[in-house]
Amino acid sequence: MTAPTKGSGLTWVGRSIRRVEDPALLTGRGRFTADLPAAHRVRFVRSPVAAGRIDNITLPDGATVFTAADLAAVKPIVPALHKFGYVPVAQPVLATDVVRFVGEPIAAVVAATEPEAEDIADDVTVTISEMSAIIDARAALLDDAPHVHAQAARNVCVEGKMETPGFAAAQTTAHRRVTIEMRSRRQNATPLEARAGHAVFDPISERVTLTCATQMPHLMRTAIADLIGMPESDLRVVAPDVGGGFGQKMSLVPEYVVLVWLARKLRSSVAWTEDRRENLMASFHSRDQYIRLEGAFDADAKFVALSAEVIANVGAYSCYPTTCAVEPLMAMAELPGPYDLRAYACVARGVLTNTCPMAPYRGVSRPVITLALERLMDEAAAAFGLDPLDIRRRNLIGKFPYTSATGLVFDEGTYRQTLDMASEALDVPAFRKRQVQARTKGRYLGIGFAAFSERTGYGTPAFAARGMGVTPGWETVELTMDPSGYLELRIGASPHGQGLRTTLAQLVADELGVAPDRIKVISGDTDRTPYGWGTFASRSLVIAGGASVLAARKVHAKLKTIATRLLEAASDDIVLENGAARVAGTDRAVPIETLARAAYHQSHLFKGEIDAGLSESATYDPAGTFSNACHAAIVEVDADTGHVTIERFVIAEDAGRLVNPMIADGQVVGGVAQGIGNALLEEIVYDDSGNMLTATLADFLPPTCREIPPIELLHLETLSDATITKSKGLGEGGAIGAPAAVLNAINDALTPFGVSINEIPATPQRIRAALRQARKNPA
Amino acid sequence: MSERDEITLTINGKRHAIRVEPRRTLVDAIREDCGQTGTHIGCEHGVCGACTVLVDGAPVRSCLMFAVQAHGKEIRTVEGLAKGDELNALQRAFMENHGLQCGFCTPGFLMLITGVLEREPDITDEELIDVLSSNLCRCTGYQNIVKAARAVAGEMRQRRTA
Repeated sequence: MTAPTKGSGLTWVGRSIRRVEDPALLTGRGRFTADLPAAHRVRFVRSPVAAGRIDNITLPDGATVFTAADLAAVKPIVPALHKFGYVPVAQPVLATDVVRFVGEPIAAVVAATEPEAEDIADDVTVTISEMSAIIDARAALLDDAPHVHAQAARNVCVEGKMETPGFAAAQTTAHRRVTIEMRSRRQNATPLEARAGHAVFDPISERVTLTCATQMPHLMRTAIADLIGMPESDLRVVAPDVGGGFGQKMSLVPEYVVLVWLARKLRSSVAWTEDRRENLMASFHSRDQYIRLEGAFDADAKFVALSAEVIANVGAYSCYPTTCAVEPLMAMAELPGPYDLRAYACVARGVLTNTCPMAPYRGVSRPVITLALERLMDEAAAAFGLDPLDIRRRNLIGKFPYTSATGLVFDEGTYRQTLDMASEALDVPAFRKRQVQARTKGRYLGIGFAAFSERTGYGTPAFAARGMGVTPGWETVELTMDPSGYLELRIGASPHGQGLRTTLAQLVADELGVAPDRIKVISGDTDRTPYGWGTFASRSLVIAGGASVLAARKVHAKLKTIATRLLEAASDDIVLENGAARVAGTDRAVPIETLARAAYHQSHLFKGEIDAGLSESATYDPAGTFSNACHAAIVEVDADTGHVTIERFVIAEDAGRLVNPMIADGQVVGGVAQGIGNALLEEIVYDDSGNMLTATLADFLPPTCREIPPIELLHLETLSDATITKSKGLGEGGAIGAPAAVLNAINDALTPFGVSINEIPATPQRIRAALRQARKNPA
Repeated sequence: MSERDEITLTINGKRHAIRVEPRRTLVDAIREDCGQTGTHIGCEHGVCGACTVLVDGAPVRSCLMFAVQAHGKEIRTVEGLAKGDELNALQRAFMENHGLQCGFCTPGFLMLITGVLEREPDITDEELIDVLSSNLCRCTGYQNIVKAARAVAGEMRQRRTA
């Protein structure tokens, strides 16, 4: 439990209070989408082939099945981006003439129960003339590769290019160049609750309520109403308890569009609960990237130029709203990372293939670019005969604000300090001695570091820079103190495990001098909350939190005006604390309930000064802020089996003010576990024809607690001037840094063998293959 | 598949007389036929453990057991842990140690730990890791689940020696 900082004036912010979310979730009273009863259950018939033309669909007699022909009036999903040569590709919600990946929905079976729907789906016969499929992104760029969409030449859906002035000169005159090729295999975010939707038609109002496992309820409402061609006011979208998302639940789900259409068509209720096989096969994938970096350094190992080629395999379609450009363009914008570097050139492509579409996953491109860049730094250190820490210290940014080669403005951070903290915690000199001793016994220990920035809490300017047709960023909240003096905070953000109902209440409590249990936070219901963008991109505490503070300040001002009259005191002398307005330094006070009642029932007293009631809204659209951290790992690699054991994992991180340190630590540690899974275990594998080989959780392997070591966390709190709450986002950092720290440690451990592992996950098979190769061709 | 068997599931002491197809899984029967939705379905192939319940005291993946196999047996689910609104020691430990985020895997972990601590009250911290590795959590990174389980195991040991 962390006490509030002394003298901060904060009572609740900074304290690890228990979450208000927990009691319901601990007693089985959580309410998830799949818990709702429905008259009809839906099962989707999906494509068994990666590419082909649908010749015929034969339905069993008497079955209720809908295909693209029935949904002809529903528009296809066509996300928009206005820059970088983006090719707008269309995704029908049910496949029309062609199929483009294994798992693409072709037909919707409706039955009274799930087993019946599954039986009927098994009897639907889809005849497809198979065409040649393209699975690998680099192969898709070749001239003779088949086209996934006719209009995307060489399967390039988006291509970002940039080169800073003077780049070529900086690169060619450099003292030393180091290159690295990095391959990140495909991931699935794997929330424990897969996708689920439940749509019910109300014959009285003619409205549909779609309850679904989404991170973005308002945008789902807009997108689905647009595609179906219905007034948005006829659709209510509810995100109830949502069992994790990690980005996979922020994009538009074609199946949800079908559910709303079915509810209207049948004038009834329909539900679909995705099974794990569907989730692994047909929900969104990510991180399938190839990156080639060439770093140029001067004689003092100062980083002077970086050139990058990024190829992101974005699958068969483009996700809405971010578009499939989100991975390549984020890579381009942020590849220089936390290093002071002026010369930079990059080509970043999003390449279409006959695989499941890509969508954001915690960290988006940054786990991969951090991996590539941090491997480059270690390779460069080796080339110069420097310690990996030394080369980082020479190059990390240290003066703020810092404007990067790509135009990003870094607010104050602690890049060097966190590197030092992490390395001191692991006592590097002592480790090196132990490492040498261990090698004499045939044991291979390694240490690895990853320094990185985490761009968080960014508003519309950042998204506009990408040219997105839909430009998210701001958040609005509505705060109402009712006549009883209790508060309701209605937010457009949409938490699904982040504990926002607790942390936003802490922020508002401090502004109004009340306890957080007076404040109910309402989210995830488009009928009850203001339009907003939901929860993604490490934004909610910063942006919805900032808006909450702004709204609370407005309510505070009104309460103070009322108190001024009731206490007959000067406004400047009144403080709100402990649930009352008090004349500072006296015992004259009036309870907040009295002020609230007066705001509604005695408003004539304040006529002309303030409006009746205590409802205020506020919107916040910040430029963004950079959290930073250093992850450090000590691993042991078993050279005989290729198995990697993580012995220690240390994080030194700085996310500004921590509103609830317990929750903050939980976010970081959870991210690290996903990062370790990415580094060592998790991989979606297709065969050459586009069949998925990892369709169960016994094949795609999220880590268990056996694979996650105790994670040691060290904090700095550089209060950010870039945000209202002085906080920076931290939802993604854990996942961003961990793969690089682990892979650098593995490579350090394998130094005696002269091998480099530049592919994740670094499975035992890959490590053994590299060691076998090294034995065949000794360096 | 219209053949149905009449069975009785006793869930948290309450008897539910239901008719199910032989292929009905226990978790579907608990959720759909008995209306107890606190038990969650994460994978339906026995890996993630979200559906863990206790059957005659033993932790069971209820997605891998047929409902008819549970006929006449005592089933315990997450709904049976608290006394009214009062959380039990394990639930409190999860709350105090921040052992849950989205809460979807939580019922399975709670039942797994409950079953194990009842059967093996002297389980060591290291053995607990092995047991907890039966279930998947995607949010927490496990540290706080482990802390919560160890805290309750420790309290139980202390109470017995006191």
